Amino acid sequence: MTGAELVFVPLGAVALGSSVLVVTTDQLVRAALWLVVALGALAGCFLLLAAELVAWVQVLIYVGAVVVLLLFGIMLTRAPIGRSVDLDSGNRVAALVVALGTAGTLVTVVVGGFRTASIDLGDGSAGSAGTVGAGLFRYWVLPFELLSVLLLAALVGAIVLSRRDIGPRARDGGED
Amino acid sequence: MKTTAELIADDPLWLSIIKVVAIFAFGVVMTLFMIWLERRVVGRMQHRPGPNRVGPFGLLQSLADGLKLAFKEDIRPVVADKWVYFLAPIISAIPAFLAFSVIPFGPDVTMFGHHTALQLVDLPVGVLVILACSSLGVYGIVLSGWASGSPYPLLGSLRSAAQVISYEIAMGLSIVGVILRSHSLSTSDIVNAQEGGWYFWLLPVSFVVYAISMVGETNRAPFDLPEAESELVGGFHTEYSSLKFALFFLAEYVNMVVVSALATTLFLGGWRAPWPLSAIDGGVLNTGWWPILWFVGKTFFFLFVFVWLRGTLPRLRYDQFMRLGWKVLVPVSLVWIVLIAASNALWNTPGVTTGQRLIFFGVGIVVLLVFALLLPDKRVADDEEFVPVTGSGYPLPPLDLSVPKSPPRRRLPAAPEPAEREMEPAAVAAADKETGDGSL
Repeated sequence: MTGAELVFVPLGAVALGSSVLVVTTDQLVRAALWLVVALGALAGCFLLLAAELVAWVQVLIYVGAVVVLLLFGIMLTRAPIGRSVDLDSGNRVAALVVALGTAGTLVTVVVGGFRTASIDLGDGSAGSAGTVGAGLFRYWVLPFELLSVLLLAALVGAIVLSRRDIGPRARDGGED
Repeated sequence: MKTTAELIADDPLWLSIIKVVAIFAFGVVMTLFMIWLERRVVGRMQHRPGPNRVGPFGLLQSLADGLKLAFKEDIRPVVADKWVYFLAPIISAIPAFLAFSVIPFGPDVTMFGHHTALQLVDLPVGVLVILACSSLGVYGIVLSGWASGSPYPLLGSLRSAAQVISYEIAMGLSIVGVILRSHSLSTSDIVNAQEGGWYFWLLPVSFVVYAISMVGETNRAPFDLPEAESELVGGFHTEYSSLKFALFFLAEYVNMVVVSALATTLFLGGWRAPWPLSAIDGGVLNTGWWPILWFVGKTFFFLFVFVWLRGTLPRLRYDQFMRLGWKVLVPVSLVWIVLIAASNALWNTPGVTTGQRLIFFGVGIVVLLVFALLLPDKRVADDEEFVPVTGSGYPLPPLDLSVPKSPPRRRLPAAPEPAEREMEPAAVAAADKETGDGSL
């Protein structure tokens, strides 16, 4: 085992463990913080695979923007300090089954698709900005553009939902 | 000739440790010095002397203040979330220092018999690392405001989260211009690419957008809404005291130094000597230890502008501030990026004559003009709906402005014994604890 492999295993364990804590902790803001740890550990895994660009974009976008927005949303509505008993759901078993099923499907697909594939991490060019950019815009440009259209649709939808002067009359009262 | 990355990779461990200590010391000393400089310069602008008692010219004032802070009582509000309250100042200070590691302070030098570069690490994605670090720093602010358990810090941290995310987009887009021009994300490559001309006049739009968004990103006046003392007491750090408060101060000033150093690296040629000096004796002033002088000088220029702005401009209103970010800076940067990409493509395609290039640019300008003419006129009436204007034309916030409650605490801690009575943060928080309901 090389040094990189030795670090990879604990990093993966940290990512997995903190992901479990995200759904099991009964403190709302701490759940978001465990999500930060999970995403950070994942960025560390990317770094060990010599994918520097992906790793830092992961930190920049997911850790630095998405979870901050999540926290922003949580705090804007209500973020109690301490435990929230009503965070426990009665659908635990169903959720566990769905989660395990999703994970199983994803693992099967990834293992089936990339079991024999290998990359050479030796010269560090496998994950460089140039390689990733060329791959993204040469071979994967259609999924990339589809994703950006999806995000745009989500953005437009959010604006339509939040504006009161367009669309169906919103019921008054409640939040101010 | 080795590249910077290869030079740094050859460093022995002790040399790296020396560099780490030097960078840390640079950050701390710059903080102490900047606090003094800011108070002196703002004092001068306001016709008063500023601190001038401790040491020559009052230079040791910040050191004295720091020592005083260390001896103050460390207060933790009863309703605070203990761990997050403790972690927040640390989270805000560490990324600020981390960002320094990829900034090139100078070219190759010989240090204790070792040939190395004046930079801790040279990553191929260095610029992204700095952006990522500054986006991590916002956690410190957001969490401190929430964990304090009182309304003003919460408001400050909410503002700060929205502000930093908005201005980070403008900042990132302005840096994209630099990357398109230099064809590299590595900070040392960007400095090397500026040998022929600094980017602040080659990419003026990027420079202006970056300069505005770096003030927004560091929460400095006129964009210091998260800690607007006339509205929010002290903003996110209202409930903090002693060394934890000092850590927030340190993080703010180190962040200022980092964005100034990044501005120097990206737009002012990094460690390169300014024009007439760079021509002396075949560029001898661009070698050895001289570049540190130019680098620090340019960084100080930006830091002075920070202080200058604070002494000159009043604070923006929140809606004005957000409008500037989203409706001016972001669209302008996007159009500018398209322009740079188009000119890159034109210049790199063989067989395009100058006449054809000019025609392309003419078409581009016409399209921009048509867009500008099609933009709807600015409606002033819209504003008056939201902000009532009194007779003097001075905008006032609505009179029924409601202050949100502090984050409710669900499970009350065991009633504190009279012996270990802790400080109450604010009467509001204490009252809220009694009711304990979670609705806004």
